[in-house]
Amino acid sequence: MNWIQVGNLEDIPRQGSRVVKTATGEIALFRSVDDQVFALNNRCPHKGGPLSQGIVHGKRVTCPLHSWVIDLESGEAISPDIGCAHRLEVRVAHGELFLEAEAGVCKA
Amino acid sequence: MEQEKKRLVVVGNGMAGIRTIEELLKMSADEFNITVFGAEPQPNYNRILLSPVLSGEMPFQDTVLNDWSWYEENHITLHTGKTVTKIDRMRCTVETDDGIVVPYDRLLIATGSNPIMLPVPGIDLPGVIGYRSIADVEQMLAAAQPGKRAVVIGGGLLGLEAANGLSLRGMQVSVVHLCEWPMERQLDKVGGGLLKEALEKRGLKFYLSRQTDAILGETAVTGLRFKDGEEIAADLVVMSAGIRPNIALAKSAGIHCERGIMVSDTMQTYDPKIYSVGECVQHRGQTYGLVAPLFEQAKVAANHLAQYGRMRYEGSSVSTKLKVTGIDLFSAGDFNPVAGDDELLLQDAARGVYKKLVLRDNKLRGAVMYGDTVDGPWYFQMMRDGTDVSEMREHLLFGQMHLGDSGHGAKAGVMDMPDTAEICGCNGVCKGTIVNTIIDKKLFTLDEVRAHTKASASCGSCTGLVEAILANTVGGDYSAKPSKKPICGCTEYAHQDMHKTIRERSLKTIPEVMKALEWKTADGCHVCRPALNYYLLAAWPGEYVDDSRSRFINERVHANIQKDGTYSVIPRIWGGVTSPAQLRAIAEIAERHEVPTVHITGGQRIGLYGITKENLPKMWAELVEAGFVSGHAYGKSLRTVKTCVGSEWCRFGTQDSTGLGIKVEQMTWGSWTPHKFKIAVSGCPRNCAEATIKDFGIVCVDSGYEIHVGGNGGVKVRVTDFLCKVSSEAEVLEYCGAFMQLYREDAHYLDRTAPWIERVGLPFVKRHIVDDAEGRAELYARFLKSQQYSQDDPWKERAEGKEAHEFTALATIV
Repeated sequence: MNWIQVGNLEDIPRQGSRVVKTATGEIALFRSVDDQVFALNNRCPHKGGPLSQGIVHGKRVTCPLHSWVIDLESGEAISPDIGCAHRLEVRVAHGELFLEAEAGVCKA
Repeated sequence: MEQEKKRLVVVGNGMAGIRTIEELLKMSADEFNITVFGAEPQPNYNRILLSPVLSGEMPFQDTVLNDWSWYEENHITLHTGKTVTKIDRMRCTVETDDGIVVPYDRLLIATGSNPIMLPVPGIDLPGVIGYRSIADVEQMLAAAQPGKRAVVIGGGLLGLEAANGLSLRGMQVSVVHLCEWPMERQLDKVGGGLLKEALEKRGLKFYLSRQTDAILGETAVTGLRFKDGEEIAADLVVMSAGIRPNIALAKSAGIHCERGIMVSDTMQTYDPKIYSVGECVQHRGQTYGLVAPLFEQAKVAANHLAQYGRMRYEGSSVSTKLKVTGIDLFSAGDFNPVAGDDELLLQDAARGVYKKLVLRDNKLRGAVMYGDTVDGPWYFQMMRDGTDVSEMREHLLFGQMHLGDSGHGAKAGVMDMPDTAEICGCNGVCKGTIVNTIIDKKLFTLDEVRAHTKASASCGSCTGLVEAILANTVGGDYSAKPSKKPICGCTEYAHQDMHKTIRERSLKTIPEVMKALEWKTADGCHVCRPALNYYLLAAWPGEYVDDSRSRFINERVHANIQKDGTYSVIPRIWGGVTSPAQLRAIAEIAERHEVPTVHITGGQRIGLYGITKENLPKMWAELVEAGFVSGHAYGKSLRTVKTCVGSEWCRFGTQDSTGLGIKVEQMTWGSWTPHKFKIAVSGCPRNCAEATIKDFGIVCVDSGYEIHVGGNGGVKVRVTDFLCKVSSEAEVLEYCGAFMQLYREDAHYLDRTAPWIERVGLPFVKRHIVDDAEGRAELYARFLKSQQYSQDDPWKERAEGKEAHEFTALATIV
């Protein structure tokens, strides 16, 4: 698998998110309070809300539009809501962030 | 190495025991190996729904709460049809009648209760049945042949439900009761009389003030004799003269019992390894037979079993609803007034409506309702909250709808509404959907209904209706919430604890609060973090550093997110007074940025819609350049001060409402409040600025300024309460600052002033703002102090580069 460097861990605030723009849509990168990084399509499965703008708590993010809660590890909405924001592989090495190469193509 | 799991043994496979396990699994799924013993052969079923099974309105399968697979999935060893006969507290084991011995580290006794069988001759005859289990129901159904005669001894809640059920099965049913009227523990004489009449119309026969002397029959029951000698015939006798905690097992193990098994506030018996919950326990002298208290107990017991050791059970207040289809009856609290209490009565014989409310010290103490019970949950909530009802006393009996609700409130007879009736206008949820979801998913609480249907999850104005549907669908006491509701699932602490706790314990940051108050999650959630951020901000002005990560997006980026992910920008226009130069500047900026929509807002401002996030700082820079500051139209903060033109132009104007409005806005802008805060100044009582539906409204009159508070023009329209009249602009400013500060320091996060005032009562506000000049001056001083730190324009800062990461992409991949 090819990896593309998209920035540094320090570029994302703790409990925050940044966006990577691609030809087919936006990908949201999240940094949890314990410095884990996750990547999801920046679209809530409910009504397409920008997940990157939500409040990050634990390994979850709450969509700013209608408060759906999305699991950052799987991209799945927390029950009883149903839907998936499709996660992408992201890796942190020496403080640098790498996104999986097919990132240019959103899988959703 | 993996630690060996502790062993939890639960005696009793009923609602309280299993609820405790469910609560425990939610908190720590892997802590225990769990074994459950149940004397009945069924899995855990909903005992409250025995009456609908008896009446044929529901099959038994629908009452099963946890089917066999639930036990398997959660790795719970279940022994049904087995009775635990011995607890060996020395060896820490339990033993069943057929010789199974299981060791425990923790034991939970949830043996429930038994029906009281009167000590009269003939009680052991075939055909005499208690009413407690599905086995009893099956026995009754076997005997319930149409035309045969049943006698129910006991005219309480359960007895009447049994009588009604048997009657629906075609039997001729008589009810024998010791007291003058049925359900005397829940109803006063009038209410009981109405109930009796309604049930008589359905074919029940009542023998009131009668005592049973003997049950007659040779090989099976044939009749019943009263103390006065009269005899009546019966093919079936149902004993429903009350329940008695089932304490035999605990007693035999030497555990201290009185009427019930004695437990502490942590649900522990005198043996600290042994817990007990449910109808078998006695807590602070009380035993309970309704489900809501049992669930509260279960929560506390689970919390301690999971070693959080945090919660205490402090007793419950309960409400009751009779589950006889077609009869609406609600009762709660102390409904028999004592000296000094006030009694409010409404009786409408033609409509079959009776309501009685008992007040003590302007607070609701008790309620009895018959015929129209839709406001039951509302009264019950006020009872538990200790709401001061003096201001709404005139309308109290007519229900919540009459308190200035613009049509969203509870509608009479919710169960008469068709399934297609829309209950939740925000999320488009119909009544049928709610009812079906409650049944299909076996929901118990308002929160669960919200999670599954979204009904009442947005603006909340239909909460009363949803609660009423819940109560009517599953039985009344389910809907009961504990009076202190935790902020969210991360904590047991409620909003009402926060202001005080943060100040008294000198907690200065969100992590500090979470640590000191034992938050269950590492960094909270989207519900509690914004709340804590607000409470800290209010407690430590100038000292606490606002946590942008705990702000909802609008407050984090100082603009309002729209449905397509773009933002709106609304610059502040002081008092709604603008100029050609200002308008020209806005027009040019709007044109330059190709703003798709320019809109005049309800608060006399100009809104620019459809701005992308990346463009915000640029647009702000231009607005700042033209002399504008943020309008805070996105925040839980001072929004706008709306004015009319006042004495400067208007032929009716009495004072300079525009000038005063600008002064008020300059003093209050930038302040963070528990929820949004709107102000208006009208120049005369014609009130063109609509000051009487604002959080703080000023109506100028010839002799000064009337101050009105607690209005709301949103979902639920509420007209302000008149606070007082003052004579100078300086006083208006002082009262305004003091009122905002009182609201900031006392209200719960996300409380508008309207519900806050309804909860604390206008007298509370008057006491602090009007009567106590010194206190008012202190509040005002604290308001001004905190304003020193909140009037830096957030737009200017961001236009200059603050928090730049919020507005730029991390990378672009082509």
